[in-house]
Amino acid sequence: MTVSSASPARRHAAALHGWLLLLPAAVMLAAFTHYPALATFWHSLHTTARGNRAAEYIGFEHYQDMLADPIFHLALKNNLLYALGTIVPSVALAIVMALWVNGRIAGRGALRLAYFTPTMLPMIAVANIWLFFYTPDYGLLDQLRGLAGLPARNWLGSPDSALWAVMTVAVWKEAGFFMIFYLAALQQVSPELREAATLEGASRWQYFWQVLFPLLMPTTLFVLINATINAFRLVDHLFVMTRGGPDNASTLLLYYIYEIGFRFWDQGYAAALTMVLLALLAVVALVKFLWLERRIHYQ
Amino acid sequence: MSSLALAPAFDSRFDRILNTVAAWTLGLLWLLPLAYAAWTAFHPSEYSARFELFAPLTLDNFRTAWEAAPFPRYLLNTTLLVTTILAGQLLLCTLAAYAFARFSFPGRDIAFALVLVQLMIMPDVLIVENYRSIHRLGLVDTIGAIALPYMASAFGIFLLRQTFKTIPRELEDAARIEGCGVLGVLWRVYIPLARPTYLAYALVSVSHHWNNFLWPLVVTNTVDTRPLTVGLAVFAGTDQGIDWAVISAATLLSSAPLLIAFLLFQRQFVQGFLRAGIR
Repeated sequence: MTVSSASPARRHAAALHGWLLLLPAAVMLAAFTHYPALATFWHSLHTTARGNRAAEYIGFEHYQDMLADPIFHLALKNNLLYALGTIVPSVALAIVMALWVNGRIAGRGALRLAYFTPTMLPMIAVANIWLFFYTPDYGLLDQLRGLAGLPARNWLGSPDSALWAVMTVAVWKEAGFFMIFYLAALQQVSPELREAATLEGASRWQYFWQVLFPLLMPTTLFVLINATINAFRLVDHLFVMTRGGPDNASTLLLYYIYEIGFRFWDQGYAAALTMVLLALLAVVALVKFLWLERRIHYQ
Repeated sequence: MSSLALAPAFDSRFDRILNTVAAWTLGLLWLLPLAYAAWTAFHPSEYSARFELFAPLTLDNFRTAWEAAPFPRYLLNTTLLVTTILAGQLLLCTLAAYAFARFSFPGRDIAFALVLVQLMIMPDVLIVENYRSIHRLGLVDTIGAIALPYMASAFGIFLLRQTFKTIPRELEDAARIEGCGVLGVLWRVYIPLARPTYLAYALVSVSHHWNNFLWPLVVTNTVDTRPLTVGLAVFAGTDQGIDWAVISAATLLSSAPLLIAFLLFQRQFVQGFLRAGIR
């Protein structure tokens, strides 16, 4: 079976070349992904070195502190709510947008552009724009409410609306990005399916749920995985809009890690918090592996 | 018969109008925050919250922003940053992808699985430990420090490996007969044929790092290294005295380069994201 070219000497040369080619990337990956992931765990078991006091081993004390830390609980709860509240609307909107701009609609190109443009803006810029949008009295949102005779509202300043206001911004930024994946998938769908469904007397609703939606399933899974990772990874807008406030009402896990690690310089506790984030991402990875890899495999 | 044929036609026409109206309502809603930012940026600040059709247009806000903060320097830093990252990524990912696609060596599959770990655990969430490493290397507050964690990109390796695998081996054999070595084959055969993938990857990488904020915020602390995103956040956050018109102008200013590039090369960008997304 194997061709004669696989002589031992050649095989060795190929192995050597392979490893040499891989080496630079392997070193960088090990240094900035694998090592820090492991070091996070190690450092989470130690106190933070301060001044001339070296870090000392404290076992799982940070994790016990975490269980008793109300801000951590809030950050975790907020983050789960944030994930749910941004993923579902942005995926639903992405599908609707894709259906619209895939059909024959007036000004289709301009419409695609309108939906997609927020994706290209830095999250920091987006946050600035929306900050002004939300400004009490002065901002556009309150001006529109004023026209309807509604009183001014401090959207970002009150604990019961801050998180929702921040979530809206994430949906605005992400829906258009997910739209292009659905659009690409819709363009693969044969128009005959629709004709067949119409002949069978299926309503549009039935056609969507029974024909189109199952066909879009691989795209949906791909988008869901990405959206979930983003929900835990992208917290830039908090820095401008709420700083996690008021009273931590809009804080998210990574933002809290930043505050503990770089504002209070408690890197030991920040490492323990990072472990929680890594565990959450590992769950996403596992779901992806079990669910997605069965259809699309890396070969 | 005719009524049967007519009914759906009427229905679909009514339907199309309804859909068009709904789609455009959402479209305008989507543009509203951006349009509002543009309004404030191009009008004197007394019109920031007053909408009059004939309010005087001005570029003063842009001039004020440009002079009030070192935006030219930030722009230079960002440009340096995205080129450094892209150059490093192209080099490292090409070599690694070539190894995975065309060489068999012991431990290859494990190594590949370890590479894919980075798709889930991105450098963005490892800021605490990576800061520790960068600090120990004495690289805090350098552009290199911002770039280092992103150099070996699992995503780039994966994407290029897929592309290299589709290239027929006969081409490689032919090049070998012509006397090309390992790197010669890579340079003459694989890289030229993977050009569309390189373009797609480059666009995705540049737009990602142009907009990246958290890690640069952590490792930079002077004007000489701060990218635009961090500079903008510092500018808008420093004191409440700066007026909205100027902040809006600064915001548009820092988003403009990428946005203009996108408007000019829309198709390539969208193709890039799609190609990068389909795994």
